Order: sequence, then C-alpha cells, then structure tokens
Amino acid sequence: MKDPGQNKISLENRFEALRFFCAIGIAILLSFVIIILVSREPFTALRNLFLGPLSSMRRFGNVVELAITLTFSGLAVAVMFSANQFNMGAEGSFYAAGAVAAMTALGLPLPPVIHPLFAILLGGLTGAVICAIPALLKAKWGASELVSSLMLNYVFFYFTRYFCNTVFKDPDSGYVSTYLLPLTAKLPRIIGGTRIHLGLFIVIAVTLLTVIFIKRTRWGYALIQTGRSPGFAGYSGINTSWVLIYSQLLGGFIAGVGGSVEVLGMYDRFQWQNLPGYGFDGVIVAILARNRPAWVPVAAFLLSYIRIGADRMSTATDVTSEMIAIIQGIIIMLVAAQAFMSRQRQKMLIKEIRSHG
Amino acid sequence: MAEDLLRMEGIVKIYSNGVVANNGVDFSVKAGEIHALVGENGAGKTTLMKILFGIEEATSGNLLLNGLRETIKSPIDAIQKGLGMVHQHFMLIESMTVAENIVLGMEPETGLLLNQKKILSDARNIIEKYNFPINPQDRIRDLPTGTRQKVEILKALFRNARILILDEPTSVLTPQETTELFEQLKTLKNLGHTIIFISHKLNEIKEICDRITIMRNAATVGVYEVAKISQQEISSLMVGKDIDLNLNKTPARPGETALRVRDLVVTDINKRRLLESVSFRLRRGEILGIVGVEGNGQRELVESITGLRKPEGGKVELWGKDLTSLSIKGIRRLGLAHIPQDRMSKGAALTSSIKENLISVAYDSPELSRGPLLNLKKIDRWCRDLIRDYQIKASSPEVPVKMLSGGNIQKVVVAREFSGDLGCIIADQPTRGIDVGAASFIHHKLLALRDSGAAILLISADLSEVMELSDSLLVMFGGRLAAYFESLSSVTEEELGLYMLGLKRQSDEEIKRCSA
Ligand SMILES: Nc1ncnc2c1ncn2[C@@H]1O[C@H](COP(=O)(O)OP(=O)(O)OP(=O)(O)O)[C@@H](O)[C@H]1O
Ligand SMILES: [Mg+2]
Repeated sequence: MKDPGQNKISLENRFEALRFFCAIGIAILLSFVIIILVSREPFTALRNLFLGPLSSMRRFGNVVELAITLTFSGLAVAVMFSANQFNMGAEGSFYAAGAVAAMTALGLPLPPVIHPLFAILLGGLTGAVICAIPALLKAKWGASELVSSLMLNYVFFYFTRYFCNTVFKDPDSGYVSTYLLPLTAKLPRIIGGTRIHLGLFIVIAVTLLTVIFIKRTRWGYALIQTGRSPGFAGYSGINTSWVLIYSQLLGGFIAGVGGSVEVLGMYDRFQWQNLPGYGFDGVIVAILARNRPAWVPVAAFLLSYIRIGADRMSTATDVTSEMIAIIQGIIIMLVAAQAFMSRQRQKMLIKEIRSHG
Repeated sequence: MAEDLLRMEGIVKIYSNGVVANNGVDFSVKAGEIHALVGENGAGKTTLMKILFGIEEATSGNLLLNGLRETIKSPIDAIQKGLGMVHQHFMLIESMTVAENIVLGMEPETGLLLNQKKILSDARNIIEKYNFPINPQDRIRDLPTGTRQKVEILKALFRNARILILDEPTSVLTPQETTELFEQLKTLKNLGHTIIFISHKLNEIKEICDRITIMRNAATVGVYEVAKISQQEISSLMVGKDIDLNLNKTPARPGETALRVRDLVVTDINKRRLLESVSFRLRRGEILGIVGVEGNGQRELVESITGLRKPEGGKVELWGKDLTSLSIKGIRRLGLAHIPQDRMSKGAALTSSIKENLISVAYDSPELSRGPLLNLKKIDRWCRDLIRDYQIKASSPEVPVKMLSGGNIQKVVVAREFSGDLGCIIADQPTRGIDVGAASFIHHKLLALRDSGAAILLISADLSEVMELSDSLLVMFGGRLAAYFESLSSVTEEELGLYMLGLKRQSDEEIKRCSA
C-alpha cells in the first residue's frame, strides 16, 4: 500500500533538488550577463569558466582534489552548526592539524601505512581539541563561540606555525617551509595524470560515517534535537551540555582529518604561511548543503568546480577572479533563500493534490 | 434577516506540504453577534481565521465584507478593514510594557524618537474606554496569562477593530479569568463589536455565544442558534458520531507511596519565596489534583519535581530516591513522565518531525535502539501506533510538528509521555486546547493508567476537569498549600474558589494529612 504522506515528503525532496539546481542555473545566467559586460572576449571567458575544468584530466583532477578538501571542512562545519553552534574553529583546526600531521610525519619515523594513519589521527585529535574549546568556554561561562573560535584560530595558527618555521624548517629550501615529508607518511596518488590521492577514499568513508552518525545513531539524534530546540531536548532528558561538547569535538576531528589529509596528500613540504581559508569555505559548503551531510559532497564539488573554472578563466582571459566571488555570492544567496520559488512549489503541490484527489 | 457583516464562501486552503486544511468552507457572521466556531483539533478553524486575517492566502474562495467582494492581503490590510485577532499562541513582546505593546506599530510619531508620553496616554485612554483593570506601565513578562490576553484584546481594539477574532482565548485562563473575560466580551458586544469565538469548551459557548458554526474535516457542517442546540448535539456534529462523555470513574485503590515532596522551598533571584515548605505524598493508583490561580507556585512545584529546576530547600523523593540530585534523564529513568504546561518551547520541538518528537524520551531505550544505532524500523512502527491510538491528525510521521494544529501538537506530547514504563505522571494542563473527544480520550487514559497502578499528579486550570478526575485535591495559594481534600464528594467549586483566592485556609493539621 502506498502512503499518501510519504508521497508529499518525496515531493518536498524533489522540490528541494529542483530548487537547488534552478538557483545554480540562475546564477550561471547572471554570470553570463556580468561577463558579457566586463570582458572583451566574453565567449572565451565563459568557455573557460564552465568548461575549463573539463578541458583536461589534470584540471578535472584539480576539481576533485579541492572537492575532497571542501567536503571535509563542509562536513565539519555542518556537524557543528547542526548543534546550533556557530563555531568557526574549523579554520584553525584545518591549519593546526595540517601542521601537526606534517610534524608527525617528520618527527616520528614509522613504517608505511601506520605512518599516515597515525599522523591523520593526531591531526584529527588536534582539530577536535581546538573546536571543543569554544564549546567548553560557552558551557562554562557563556562565552560566544563565534568570537572565541575566531580568536582561537589565530592562537593555534601562530602557535603551530612557529614550530614548523623553527624546529622543522628546512634551511636549504628556497622558500619558508619544513623539510621534505617522508614518503612513508604521504598518501599515494591513485589516478594517473592527476594529483587525486588516497584521501578520496578517506573522504568517502568520513562522509558515510557522518551521515550514519547524524541519521542513524542516538548521538546524532540528540545532537539534532539539541540544535533545533535546547529547551525541548533538555526537558526530554538529553544532556545538552554534553551534546554541545561532543558535537564540536566531532566537527573539529573531521576538520583535523581534512587538514592532515590535505597536507599528506597534496604537498611535499608543509608550507602554509597563512590560514588557508578552507575552514571558512566549509561554512559556505555547509550552508549550501543546509547542514545535511549527504549533500555536502555535492555542494563541495560545485564550489570546487566554480573555483577551478574561475582560475582557468582568470589565467586564460581578461576576466579577474574577483568576478567569481560575485557569482559565488549569488548562488549562495539563491540557495539559502527559503522562499525562493515558493510559488512554483505551491503550484506543483496543488496540481499533485488535484490529480490524486 | 440581518445582512451578513462578513461572509466567506467556498474557502479552500492547501498548505505548502499538501494538507488540505479548508475544503470549501462557508462561514458568515452577523453584525453585533458573538459567533462560535467549533470543530475537532485540526478541523481547520485557525486556518480559516488566518485567511480572514490575511496571514495565510486562500487557495480559492471569496470574501465579502458588508456584502462587497474584498480581498485581504495582509494583517495590516485586515486591521485597516476593521478586523482584530487574538492568536491561539500569544504574540506580545515580553520585555515591553503594556502601553508599548498596545500601541506598537501605530506609535505616535514626533520625528525619530518615540513619544513615550503620548504612548502612555493613548494606552490609558483605551484602557479606560473599555474599563479593563490593567496598569499600562507593567511589563508583559510580569503579567499572568489572563492579563496578557486582555492586552492582546486591547491591542486589537486600539486599532479600531470592529470584528474581533479570538482563537481559543479561554484555554489558557483560570475560571475566574474566564468569567472576567466574558464580562468584557459582553460589554464589547453591547458597544456594537462583533466577535468570533473559537473554543473547545462547549459550556462556554452555551454561555456567551449567539450562533455557532460547526466544522468537521475542513468543511462546514452547519450553522445553528446556540439556544436551540444542546452540547451533546454539538459534539456529535463535530465528531460525526455520538461520543460518550461519561467517565465511569471507579473509586481509587491507592497503594504505596510513589512520590513524596518534603518541605520544598523555591526562591527567585531576589530571595522571594515562591514555594514555602510544601509537603505532600502521592500514592500509586491515585490521581491527586492541584488547583490554584496561575502564579501561586504550581509551576515551581512541577519544575522542581521534574528536574527542570533545583529547589533551594527540601526534598523530592520517588520510590524513596531523592530526585533533586538527579539529572532529568535519571529522573525519567525512574519512570516519571511529564506533560509540561509549555508545549511550544518545552513539550515539542516545532521544527522536528512528529516522529522525532515522539521518540525524544525513549529513543535510547532497548526497544528503540540497538547499541548506538537507532532501530528505525521499530521507531517507525512505534510512531505509527501512537499516531493511530491518539488520532493525531497528520499526513505522515515525517511532518514537522509546527504544521500541526494546536490540539494535535498537544496530542503528540501526551502520546509520548503516556508511552513507556510509567510509575508516576506529572500532568500539567494535559488537555489544554484539545477537543472534547480527544480530551475525553485522555481522561480515560489517565484513569486507566491510574488503575494500572500509576501515581498521577494533575495540575489544571480547568476546575471541572480536576474535580472530575481527581481522587483527592490540593489547593495552592501564595506558594503554600491552602487546603487538602481527601475526597471530593463534598467539595464545591465555590468553596475551592475561596481557598484559591486566599480568602480561606485550612489549619496546618488539616493540611498535614496530605503527607501522612
Ligand atoms: N503552517 C502549516 N503548514 C501545513 N499544515 C498546516 C499548517 N498549519 C496547520 N496545518 C494543518 O492544517 C490542518 C488544520 O489546522 P488548524 O490549525 O486550522 O486546525 P484547528 O481547527 O485550529 O485545530 P485546533 O483546535 O487543534 O487548534 C491541520 O491538519 C494542520 O496539520
Ligand atoms: Mg487552532
């Protein structure tokens, strides 16, 4: 027997998907207009923007590589935001975990396989600690997690950079960086002609585990309910302070794993002299995915595709990559706007109901 | 026959999730009458009124005001056309004064600054004009519910409302407050106002309404003169079949003590005592009622028992274990269920689905989980059973609770709290906003639970409900127990009223019997 209620829910989901892609469609249209206005060679620019990422194996590889990174940070932020905590610590976690993973790779001689695993684990724990601190400060003293996490990002950034730039610095390298990371610690490339590395499998696993955690486990349930209504969760007997802390620990851990995988998979040396910005990108990805872990990879791929396309466009033509920031902004606004296309949705519904009686 | 002041024809409303809340509703009101609108939970009353007031847009249908076709596009538009609405869930700004709330949105302007003096005098004028006993300088958060409601009404009157829509105004009021409200409504009627009155309490409708429109399943069943129709007839028209309102209550057979409250003291931040050494015991197999005017310590008592608040002194023991040192989870594990007064911020998570709301207490029990994983199959079956048993009106268990009607939200809360292994139930206003049929269902359920050995503490503003269900009764006044009645056979509502208002008080010996 088919349940009519189920029908409506699936209609809702179908509509969400439709809306997501319409938002992107409109954003693309707007970028057409903008590029035609600012460029002397608009069609070359557009081709590069939208097809550039597909023009070679290496470039498509770039899209996947960046998407891996953005998926990690998007998942981290989605988990933390789901608990209704505006924790920006993913940024600091990403950097510090990358640094810690690099230091582990350099400082601890371990056999292959175990080496990267251990480095990633330590990186993850670093991230977990960094993101949990704002939650603890909030639980104890009511400090705004937004402010404290933003400040702490700098503390951990300078702290870990200091070690990388002193103890582990390679004086013979032509630029400021650590020694070469040992091969035992690095994540091997898996697809020829690209730099796509083993991190792809790790990110798939982490995404699946996060989806299962949120949708299928008791802890995930408690997390979501606490985020939606702390009053209700507390009254029901859920230990909301504990939820607050473990959600940030988990988010930070994912960000930390992301930072470690990025460094071990993509670089020969640790060389970040600034915050990489991936944590903040995670915020964009999480918002696009509406904090739903299953949608995070899609949103991450999309953002990554736009970024790489923009890179292509700005190197190959006269359109600056600033334009891309504008296009990104438009897409995010359209996707985030709840009411966008609500009329169409209503019409779809009425039609559906009339036809089913 | 008098012209209809207001006429809604063939109203259809399909909500964005596909619920057909109104399906060709006809509704009309004559000038100067008090017109009742009744129907089961989820029949579509609030929806119809929201359409009238411009909050929701009808999918189709016509509206006539004074015989002329009109469209009402927004609440502002509705106000300009002489409508006013007091919502089922209040919409006042708690931190502001009465005067500011009344005038809000229509402030007299003098440049950029608000003219506080003018606001105050405007508010005073309207309060005096309608003779409401309210101080315009009080802050909303300090006021009892009954007064808040009057502020809502004044707010509408200040905007020159000729037609007042009151959505379940009495479900949150004490009997005294209801009586007062009715006086004021009669005055308004005499002044020529027209009132639309939604309520689940049929005796109230008999008392003040002239005509009644009955809705069932999103459509109009009929319009009647209130004087010519009995309560029994109304309820069978509402439900579509005869319902048995008789409780058939058997005498209680109390067993051992389940809950014991000893010298409970609660103070507010200014060290003012909100609860003053309250002691009583509650046995298995009995329903102990607590009555009192709101704000006399009932809320603090319930919060202390259920773990939402740490009392400043005294003990609460369930099966001999002290609850004041336990977490809420720990307390619930001992078999305590709690229907909270505040369903909108505690009892339910509005943005979560019915399913998520139904499992919030038991999701980690062995029945609904397997190790760290939720057992989705069992959860689904469990929820469907509850939805069916409690007749929660919803298209699927995945619907967010905020899309349910007020009474159906309450049913979700009750269904959750009544399931599981129960030893003791704290039921705070368990039938608030619930239709007659469902209320009677919950009453039967409470009695059945009692007979199966649960200990039940029943707090309700509805005197007749408490008197009908309780085996014994406590009256609270000023944070203390004012009276204890071991049986209700000889107690009258009038007498209770005297204790509730602090005009009478039993001796300490008499009260002590309740903790013997
Ligand atoms: N915002 C909404 N979105 C979707 N469905 C809704 C929404 N509001 C109400 N409904 C649905 O419309 C139906 C009618 O609801 P309505 O609130 O009008 O009932 P009601 O007669 O006022 O009931 P009650 O006596 O419980 O207050 C219900 O089935 C409810 O679930
Ligand atoms: Mg209603």
